[in-house]
Amino acid sequence: MPILFIAQRTTAFVLAFAVAVHLATILYAVRGGLTAADMLARTHGNLVFALFYGVFVVAVAIHAPIGLRNVLREWTPWRGRSLDVALALFAAILLALGLRAVIAVYS
Amino acid sequence: MSDLLGVDVWRGAEQGAFQAFTIPRRTHQTVLDVVTEIQREHDSTLSYRFACRVGMCGSCAMVVNGRPRWTCRTRVVDVVKPGNRLRLEPLRNFTVVKDLAVEMTEFFAKWKKARGFFEPGAAPERDFAVVTPETKERKLADAGIECIGCGVCYSACDVVAWEPDYLGPAALNRAWTLVNDVRDRGQADRLNAVSGSDGCQACHTHMSCTRFCPKGIEPTYAIAGLKRAMFGRGAR
Repeated sequence: MPILFIAQRTTAFVLAFAVAVHLATILYAVRGGLTAADMLARTHGNLVFALFYGVFVVAVAIHAPIGLRNVLREWTPWRGRSLDVALALFAAILLALGLRAVIAVYS
Repeated sequence: MSDLLGVDVWRGAEQGAFQAFTIPRRTHQTVLDVVTEIQREHDSTLSYRFACRVGMCGSCAMVVNGRPRWTCRTRVVDVVKPGNRLRLEPLRNFTVVKDLAVEMTEFFAKWKKARGFFEPGAAPERDFAVVTPETKERKLADAGIECIGCGVCYSACDVVAWEPDYLGPAALNRAWTLVNDVRDRGQADRLNAVSGSDGCQACHTHMSCTRFCPKGIEPTYAIAGLKRAMFGRGAR
């Protein structure tokens, strides 16, 4: 079980950095107003952008389901394999939706 | 100060109700004095536990006006404002035996489960081990070693309430003192024991244990130490 704890803590480090960069970029980018077309013009073909948000999405897909699992275990009677399977599925959905969005704004 | 004190005392076990008593207020009266007076003068069927009366044994802990405390070291004047009543309940997160007495077996079983005992190894040292007071390990062990197992931290802990298998602050604090015992030879087993889903990782750092420990011990930091030790080992 420490594997989940270690995975959650490690991704927390990644997210602390990634969320800060993400928010700072938003605040900086929209100062003068920015259209969707402007944004896509900047992100298309930008490998740094794609890698950054790729890592972000993977970290979220690992971090969030583990936290949600802890919350559910503490606040509901739900335990066992069905809980783990449901949250693995949740992780897969987060990963698929996130990577789909990254690919969409990159390519 | 009013001459009389209204007291609501939990009667029963898991199911039960509060019973009201009125007793005289006295100078320097402790909460344990109040319970003892009720049992001796008003209702001899009231069950509670105490031994030393001076804050050494840890057996008189109860929930006093919603907070876990040693009743022998809690003066009524400090917890009951003028006009208010005193409310006494058994420690939270323990099975109630009767009235204010709780079952401690599971609490201490968790100390064992956390391997909260010294492991000398197959071939103990022949000579005395020299552990000087200024070493880092000795200081960390000293910070938590004065625990007398009263159960106040365990009663205060929300995680124990949510996750009944959680080992709890006292057992984990004891494990941490032993992790820092340079003579101990059972470290791998101990870190395994405290690294399960019922171990140190379940702690939310609410710090209720640290807030309420009557000895001023800070189990939250002991648990944080175990997390680091576990993380360091797991990452290798």
